[in-house]
Amino acid sequence: MEFLYASEVLANGLMAGVMYSLVALGFVLIYKASGVFNYAQGVMALFAAMTLVGIMEGRVPFAHLINAAFGVHVSSFGWTVPGLFAILLTALIMVGLAIAIEKLVLKHLVGQEPIILFMATIGLAWFLEGLGDVMWGADVKVLDVGLPQGISETVETMTDNWLGYGFFIDRLDIWAAVIAAALVAALVGFSQYTKQGRAMRAVADDHQAALSVGISLQFIWIMVWSIAGFVALVAGIMWGTKSGVQFSLSLIALKALPVLMLGGFTSIPGAIVGGLIIGMGEKLFEYFVGSMVGGATENWFAYVLALIFLVFRPQGLFGERIIERV
Amino acid sequence: MKLKLATVALGAVMAAAPAMADLVVPNLSYRTGPYGANGTQYADGFNDYFTLLNERDGGIGGEKIQTPECETAYNTEKGVECYEATKGSGALVYNPLSTGITYQLIPKVSADKIPLYTPGYGRTSAKNGKVFEWVFNAPANYWDGASVAIKYLLDQNGGDLNGKKIALVYHNSAYGKEPIRTLQELSKKHGFTLTELPVDPPGQEQKSQWLQIRRDKPDYVLMWGWGVMNQTAIQEAANIRFPMENFIGTYWSGSEVDVKPVGAGANGYKALTFHGVGMDYPIYEDMKKHVIDPGKASQGGQYVGSVLYSRGMYAAVVIAEAIAKAQELAGTAQINATQLRDGFEALDITPERLAELGLPDFGPEIKMTCDNHGGSGMARLQQWDASAGKWSLITDFTEPDQEVLDPLILEDSEAYAKEAGISPRC
Repeated sequence: MEFLYASEVLANGLMAGVMYSLVALGFVLIYKASGVFNYAQGVMALFAAMTLVGIMEGRVPFAHLINAAFGVHVSSFGWTVPGLFAILLTALIMVGLAIAIEKLVLKHLVGQEPIILFMATIGLAWFLEGLGDVMWGADVKVLDVGLPQGISETVETMTDNWLGYGFFIDRLDIWAAVIAAALVAALVGFSQYTKQGRAMRAVADDHQAALSVGISLQFIWIMVWSIAGFVALVAGIMWGTKSGVQFSLSLIALKALPVLMLGGFTSIPGAIVGGLIIGMGEKLFEYFVGSMVGGATENWFAYVLALIFLVFRPQGLFGERIIERV
Repeated sequence: MKLKLATVALGAVMAAAPAMADLVVPNLSYRTGPYGANGTQYADGFNDYFTLLNERDGGIGGEKIQTPECETAYNTEKGVECYEATKGSGALVYNPLSTGITYQLIPKVSADKIPLYTPGYGRTSAKNGKVFEWVFNAPANYWDGASVAIKYLLDQNGGDLNGKKIALVYHNSAYGKEPIRTLQELSKKHGFTLTELPVDPPGQEQKSQWLQIRRDKPDYVLMWGWGVMNQTAIQEAANIRFPMENFIGTYWSGSEVDVKPVGAGANGYKALTFHGVGMDYPIYEDMKKHVIDPGKASQGGQYVGSVLYSRGMYAAVVIAEAIAKAQELAGTAQINATQLRDGFEALDITPERLAELGLPDFGPEIKMTCDNHGGSGMARLQQWDASAGKWSLITDFTEPDQEVLDPLILEDSEAYAKEAGISPRC
């Protein structure tokens, strides 16, 4: 029976890992294209999810400001928008955000040291966090785009019949795995087999060199930030469905960091494999060792696991080995 | 130019600062950050009650009350900064809604001689007024809550919990660990097995804990959570089909914010509370007339009647009553912080007084003295009805097991007195 319990923990760890990977993917995309660690990725997920709920519920953006400025009491347009259409509208808003980021921030920082760009993304995170609150309010929002939640009775019955113990697998996690697989396949295909994808990788290698061969830095950055915005939206939907759309959603970025360290900052499959290893490792450690050391080991153990991998592969499992010649 | 700027700046400061004749009750609130959704509702209730007193009664004893807000983001350092920034404005009392900030402020308020009011949170042993002269935590503290929850379970099981399994899912912080000692003592007394399951904050990922609950099949789960940890735990409980009626949250795991994201799955979930909830109290007629309709409610009054709004309002009620008592004792409306401490220590909010305030049966009787800063510790349970979208009170106010709690409070407060070099008073 102990083995079956451990197997259930392992399966759930893999599923949790997929959820971490969804966040990590956004970081990888931007890092691949610009060499920038986008500190704002978690906040982008929050902003996207807040905007999605706002659109679905027909909320008036900036209602508090409008009410305070004009002495009115507006909060809703009085309509609701179907989930799929609202997702499309939110994706468009994320494209708009990408354009604004390129025009107002990145354009002015071409050729700067990566640390300068990193600092700019910290500023962006603070700005987006405030903008989201002002636009949609700080309340916890319920997000329901029709994704199922709760125990998968099919898995429970099947495992019970085969093994004598019904496994718990959350249906939301199964959906997350399917969506993540589709997303990764699309992103890998895009970056390997399309002209824009190859241009994206060229920009990542060297801004100036990419410019000299006629690649439009402006277009590539807008494209990449738009895709990262869409990935953030997907992560926001998954995590927001799980525990409501609220500020804490931005902190899921902390879960993505060990995944990136382990999988490598430049590999899309690495984000997935890294997520699976972290998810599986932290859950099994908690199961076997947690109770001996007071529990709640998952947060720190994920980083320990990533550091152990870094000792042997500093570039991460799938990261590109950087050799700088003097 | 510099002179002009300085004049403008001075004008702005003077406009923002409370008028010198007013009574100042700073509102150390948090409307941003991971716990902003909770802090916002509480802060609104706190502000609105004082606005009601100002608008309807002209303040307390003829003195208007100012509640300058300072954003802490539930961050201890920022909370201390807010305290330092506002204490010079004639602050009478602080209510920071954070156990972490409370722990940092206890030595500061003791040195500055300003009361700290922490209903349902903070340092539990501050109930001992002999040691904690400036801290008050009536009507109930964490340990009271733990004991009342166990008393309720005893009632549900014919007075016998022997052999039962109870799991405690808690926020892995000073706050979340507060009830452990009490529950351990109660488990010895009543013979139940206690399993402790910490969740690292913020608590969005709790699969391990709930898989363990699914395997161990405890009879009951208690929760000491805050913020996103609550919604995630209730969702996970629903996911594993844990019977919601056997899942009890503490005061801070029982608001609308915690259950609504889970939808129908949260139906039947229970939580502790030390006050009433909802709009069925006469006070809301006055609130509507003097605060909401004239557009003076904090944030337009969108959370009026919610659990956390009610709690913020209740904290303001107790502070306002303490101010009135202090004015009566001092013979002046312009009281200072020391006189307010005397007001707290002589406070007696009887059921009749609560009814006069438009809040019949809203809270237990609060009677504080020099040595008892925690009141009776009475709390009650509420249950969530997902289809109606509201909490219903399901028990009367219940007294905690003082036989177990009193020695624990004495032990903890005496240890603090020794550490801080405090000679017990009263």
